[in-house]
Amino acid sequence: MAEVGRRRSGAQNGLFLLGATAIVLWSSGPFLWQISTSFQLDRALVSPTPSLIPHPFILQHFLNIFLVKHFQFYILNSTIVAISTTLLCLAFGAMAAYALSRLKMRWRFGLLGFILSVSMFPQIAIVGPLYLLASVLGLLDTYMVLVIIYLALGLPLVIWVLFGYFQTIPEELDEAARIDGAGPFLSLLLIIIPLSLPCLVTTGLLAFIAAWNEFMFALALTSTIAHQTVPVGIANFTNLYYVPWGDIAAASVVVTLPLVLLVLFFQRRIIEGLTQGAVKE
Amino acid sequence: MTRPAAIGDTLRRAAPSLAAVRRRRADWAPLLLLLPTTISLGSVSVYPILDGLWLSLHNTTLATREDRFVGWLNYRLLATDPDFWSAWRHTLEFTAISTLAETAIGLGMALLLVERFTGRGLVRAAMLIPWAMPTVVTSKMFGWLFDGQNGLVNWVLRSLHLIGGNIDWYGSPNTALGTIIFVDVWKTTPFMALLLLAGLQTIPHSLHEAARIDGAGAWQTFWHVRLPMLVPILLIAAMFRALDAFRIFDLVYVLTGGGPADSTEVLSTLTYKTLFSALEFGYGSALSTAMFATEALIALCFGVLIVRGMRRQGR
Repeated sequence: MAEVGRRRSGAQNGLFLLGATAIVLWSSGPFLWQISTSFQLDRALVSPTPSLIPHPFILQHFLNIFLVKHFQFYILNSTIVAISTTLLCLAFGAMAAYALSRLKMRWRFGLLGFILSVSMFPQIAIVGPLYLLASVLGLLDTYMVLVIIYLALGLPLVIWVLFGYFQTIPEELDEAARIDGAGPFLSLLLIIIPLSLPCLVTTGLLAFIAAWNEFMFALALTSTIAHQTVPVGIANFTNLYYVPWGDIAAASVVVTLPLVLLVLFFQRRIIEGLTQGAVKE
Repeated sequence: MTRPAAIGDTLRRAAPSLAAVRRRRADWAPLLLLLPTTISLGSVSVYPILDGLWLSLHNTTLATREDRFVGWLNYRLLATDPDFWSAWRHTLEFTAISTLAETAIGLGMALLLVERFTGRGLVRAAMLIPWAMPTVVTSKMFGWLFDGQNGLVNWVLRSLHLIGGNIDWYGSPNTALGTIIFVDVWKTTPFMALLLLAGLQTIPHSLHEAARIDGAGAWQTFWHVRLPMLVPILLIAAMFRALDAFRIFDLVYVLTGGGPADSTEVLSTLTYKTLFSALEFGYGSALSTAMFATEALIALCFGVLIVRGMRRQGR
């Protein structure tokens, strides 16, 4: 939708600049303070006058979280769980979205609606029964239990976004594939998937972020550092006598910076994916 | 008879069954493609809900290994449980205030972003930061910012002479819930703004132009042209946000743990503690069922509003 050129007064431009600056500061300010905190001495953090620039600049907190708290294990666990979840979500989700989009099924919008409404169930309502089930199956404190659950949590969004994207791929391509003798599975694998790679990357990123950030199930179903994920690790960061804000800030930076960079790099695709392409540049 | 003709005859005779095979495979295809999803969602989302309902009719307690059918007992206890009603009130209070604030501020941000200006891409990118951060990290980040002794917020407010002394933001029952609401608004408003921006951009530009040609100023264009068209989008976005806010857990659990003095206890944290601290799985399931029922009620109210709003627009 083309923006019609409108002469704006200097005052209006100034207001926009002010508003835009306010939004940028609001969104990034707190995190910038965390970055600064992670490089400051504990002594400097409790001094009466805080300063934005660390003085002196120390790396102690980063050393602490890896050497003392063994934060690398939490990161490893989160990476394994999040990547497995993402791959499975994309595979199962693409199959389901393809079926709903291409193959003429009578109740496909009802099914889509059902899948979406399942994602509205309060997670607290299913964590109890799932804990009991996992306990019976011997799956407590394993990677598998988290992947199984995160897969189900991520599928509705993945199916929803991929469905929207597949709808935009012309059906003539399917026709051509069928004439050449390809069945639905081959069509999906050799035609639709290659065409959808950008969307798959974006959707995968959304699924990855959701799995990486999940807290409640990880808290309830894992109990040792062998399988606990990053959010649980950060939540449990306390010392006996004081709250180690510097260490916590260092852990926050280590965990969030890659996410933020990924999101900033893919920001246009992410916004398009989440709003079904409605947000124009 | 020439070879090609013989081959052609054979092929033509075989052709119907080939098509039949392909058709049979195509019939099974949708079911097979949907099978993994069905198994996954069925076992993780549908089965536990039903099991939870069943559990809520028992007095299942892991500590004492009890597991008797008790009918509606849990729900009767729930109706007279002051902790439940207090958490219920806190949750509704949190949901109402945060949804209103996030929708209003988000709308303001969206109205800013719909205009073209230099650096718009940067602003939109920055707005994704709060969304991308794990909620646990956000909670700890604001825990430090709002720290009663050494937090930056206290220092800034004191320096601006807006407050006299340090305020124990999330350590004092008066201000704790407000602090939680503030953090949630920080985290979620940019996302709401992007959703509303998408909605704003579906409004045909011709309407703006017509109003401008008629001499309408910016405010009049907003109030009489954009806002009425925005109402369904606002309601839908607000509904999704309200349902999400009702389920809040991470932020409360990590920042205040439900305290101080239970002033920030919400339904999901209360349920979590009932399940995993007190190990009362029967009563906890009744709690979560009550939560689910309230959520369904909220969805219904919004649904009615949305349908009425759409009908008024003649859609």
